[in-house]
Amino acid sequence: MSVTAPTRSASPSIGVDHERPDVRAKISGEFEFSNDAVAPGMLFGATVRSPHPHARIVAIDTRAALAMEGVVTILTADDVPGDRIIGHITADQPVFAFDRVRYEGEPIAFVIATSQRLAWRAADAVTVEYSPLPVLTDPEAALDPDAPLLHPDGNLVRRLVIDHGSECHGAEVEVSGTWWTGRQDQAFLGPESGLARPDPDGGVTVLIATQDLHLDQVQIAAALGIDTSLVRVVCGGVGGAFGGREDVTCQIHLALAALLTGRPVKTTFRRRESFLAHPKRHPARLAYRIGADRDGTLRYVWARIRLDGGAYASTSMPVIGVAAYFAAGPYRFDGVDIVGESVYTNNPVSGAMRGFGAVQACFGIESTLDLLAAELDIDPVELRRRNALRPGDRFPTSGQIVGPSAPVIEVIERCAALPLPEPSPQLHPYARPGGTGLTTLGEGVRRGVGFAVGVKHMLYGEGTPEWCDATVRLSSGGVEVLSAAVEVGQGITAVLESVAREELEPALGEIPIRVGPASTAAGYAGSSSASRQTWMSAGAVRAACRDLLAKLDLAVVSDVGWEQAVTDQVIAGEATYRPRATEAGDPTTGRGDVHVAWMFVAHRAVVDVDVELGTVKVVQIATSQDVGRAVHPREIHGQILGGIAQGLGLALNEELRVHDGIALNPSFTDYLVPTAADMPEMLVDLVEVAEPEAPYGLKGVGEPPSLSSTPAIAAAIRAASGAPLRRVPIHPDDIVTMTATSDPVEVPET
Amino acid sequence: MSTADRSDADADGTAVALTVDGDQVELSVAPETSLLRALRDAGHLATTGACEQGECGSCSVLLDGRMVCSCLVPAVTCASAEVRTVTSLCAPDVADALVAHGAVQCGFCTPGFVVAIETALRTAGDRVLSTDEMHEHLAGNLCRCTGYAGLVTAALEVQRARLAAGAGRST
Ligand code: FES
Ligand code: FES
Repeated sequence: MSVTAPTRSASPSIGVDHERPDVRAKISGEFEFSNDAVAPGMLFGATVRSPHPHARIVAIDTRAALAMEGVVTILTADDVPGDRIIGHITADQPVFAFDRVRYEGEPIAFVIATSQRLAWRAADAVTVEYSPLPVLTDPEAALDPDAPLLHPDGNLVRRLVIDHGSECHGAEVEVSGTWWTGRQDQAFLGPESGLARPDPDGGVTVLIATQDLHLDQVQIAAALGIDTSLVRVVCGGVGGAFGGREDVTCQIHLALAALLTGRPVKTTFRRRESFLAHPKRHPARLAYRIGADRDGTLRYVWARIRLDGGAYASTSMPVIGVAAYFAAGPYRFDGVDIVGESVYTNNPVSGAMRGFGAVQACFGIESTLDLLAAELDIDPVELRRRNALRPGDRFPTSGQIVGPSAPVIEVIERCAALPLPEPSPQLHPYARPGGTGLTTLGEGVRRGVGFAVGVKHMLYGEGTPEWCDATVRLSSGGVEVLSAAVEVGQGITAVLESVAREELEPALGEIPIRVGPASTAAGYAGSSSASRQTWMSAGAVRAACRDLLAKLDLAVVSDVGWEQAVTDQVIAGEATYRPRATEAGDPTTGRGDVHVAWMFVAHRAVVDVDVELGTVKVVQIATSQDVGRAVHPREIHGQILGGIAQGLGLALNEELRVHDGIALNPSFTDYLVPTAADMPEMLVDLVEVAEPEAPYGLKGVGEPPSLSSTPAIAAAIRAASGAPLRRVPIHPDDIVTMTATSDPVEVPET
Repeated sequence: MSTADRSDADADGTAVALTVDGDQVELSVAPETSLLRALRDAGHLATTGACEQGECGSCSVLLDGRMVCSCLVPAVTCASAEVRTVTSLCAPDVADALVAHGAVQCGFCTPGFVVAIETALRTAGDRVLSTDEMHEHLAGNLCRCTGYAGLVTAALEVQRARLAAGAGRST
């Protein structure tokens, strides 16, 4: 990996690499993940799941399972004392299915036993009688009048229209294309797990690997029918998330079990169960038309996007919002006409995954732009550069003026200028498409280069209220930072520490700073998602530190030092940070103050393709990413490289295949997460143009690496092979047969 | 925390005596219990298990000196075996290199990678591994967070430093 060094700031902590507080324990194996937690006398839970994607539940017979020695109790929908239907945005999902099941793997019962193995065995002994219902699997058919109705209000989760500017026809040149993206799984390594224990006051404490403690808390409280204050959620060690832990999986089942048995209850999912249990990236169909002048000036973009939302809404409402708002990319258009829809089907639930709708949109707009570049015979990089948004322009969809931190041209030019790899395809077996299997001597290998640009907003947007609390406590032991910001691996604990150091050390001198455990007792932080947590937490901790300093007599501190000045007191600084509020866009034009700020990124992919075998070796990925101001350059590189790996996975090998509503490959044997051998050389360039809205000018960095890496790889494979390739992941068959896609997808009328 | 509190151990299982990171331990295991589960049930929690299907390498340990996926090894076959986990295999130079190259995010894969890196370096002996070769050596372990670059760079750097120091292999 080679790295272009960003400009370093003069400040003591922000912009400088620090050792992460959690890193040594993670290396030595001493770090406690949620599935390492234990409690005296604990019981174990196992979930009974539906094998059917759509069926009526006729009867549930738990007698045989209950008769097994060591089985304590079995919970079903009848045991849920509060709301039986939950959901963190749209309440449509049963805690336990009753009446009917709508996807394979839907929870029906929770078996509590004295060991995990016994609980699993007993779960197999629960017999459920089903009467199968017609299965709706094709999202294109979901809104047909004769489609099975999956929810009382119909099969449409949300339709969003963004339509303004000039008419979308009559340009000198028009190109059109329809594109598809597959169902990607977050495939975090630490399986879902948690431990709940009853509290003496009638409440419950749930230790859980999650992305949002408070969303879990309110849903647990609603289902239990108790006050939110009686539900304490504590963050257990999280083994990766990427959006896959925004929804409740075992949280409510555990809390209920702990309250009903009066004992601690733990569960850990197995990998197949993990695949079935959490929502995935929405499969998408993206139909596009782009109009332009002969000189390459973009005129309009027309897009019709349909997402397969699966059986329940999860985050489909905001995901289709994001897909629609970023369907025009970071380009100047006179006219946009975009309709985004997310629909219910009996497929696995779709929800949040890194990029959150903008990944799919990016594949659509960038692939269509390449058609235009070919039609006009203009270099694809030059076409993008010429039409890139500049500071002060209006964002093409929302119509918002973009501020000074919009280095779109910079990321394009700098990425394109990064060095290319050696020109001739190497013939070392490790470097061959297909690897070491002696599949080819290289005679069919062609090289291709592809380029793509991505954009997404940070923070929630579309009017969702947003704030973040932090407390900074100074005592004789030093400083403790208290926050509910969840460490999912992204390094937020290191950020909290650095911000406190940055703010406090100039006044207090060197001081021990530690970050307390994240829990609902530590105020509200919102989710670790949407590239928001670094921004939000940095804002809150900075303000809390300033509140603390205002409470200190700094003259005394500077005379005698912080230890003497504090003696045995505890002084707390507290703050709530609120970014600029947003609003929902206009229902017909889509215009409005929808987002606070944006991140921009460019990727260039170089691939070797064996056009006779359809095998691909990604040789190099180069990226320039707009990071506002780099808080921890090393951790940012980690986010970028990991995000590219996931983008490569979506381009080439990652897809949860589903047939008739049944997952075909819910295991790491068949769901192919990229390995070290799949990864190319990666060149990373950080572009720093401070974001005036954000603390320290920083930007979120987690999502952009997954936006344009996928379309850049697809473009490179098209360039190498000449195959039209309309769908990711790309199969070897698609390349060899020179088809748009070997998948049997229906192309709708556009 | 006693073993009973972990409660996944099989009370009427077969007794298996083995060495774990230099300590004599006796495990009570059912026929289907994997070495991974047996270790974790006995409180050796440093080794993680992401798939329990032999696909991810997070459960890697050395069994009588050979790297195995502990999730695939029946614990009943491990009588008198010598098992080494990350706990005794984590060398300071590897740890420092992983820190320096930002090779750790969520950390769930890390203990397995420490074992795999140590194994790669021992297998290579005095032969300098190329970047491509190190990618292949570490390809049995999945990491979902880091994109592997930090892990591979750290492993290569440790190898170079050890060879330069004339150590060749450590521990
Ligand atoms: S847990 Fe053993 S290989 Fe995945
Ligand atoms: S650091 Fe998360 S899986 Fe490797």
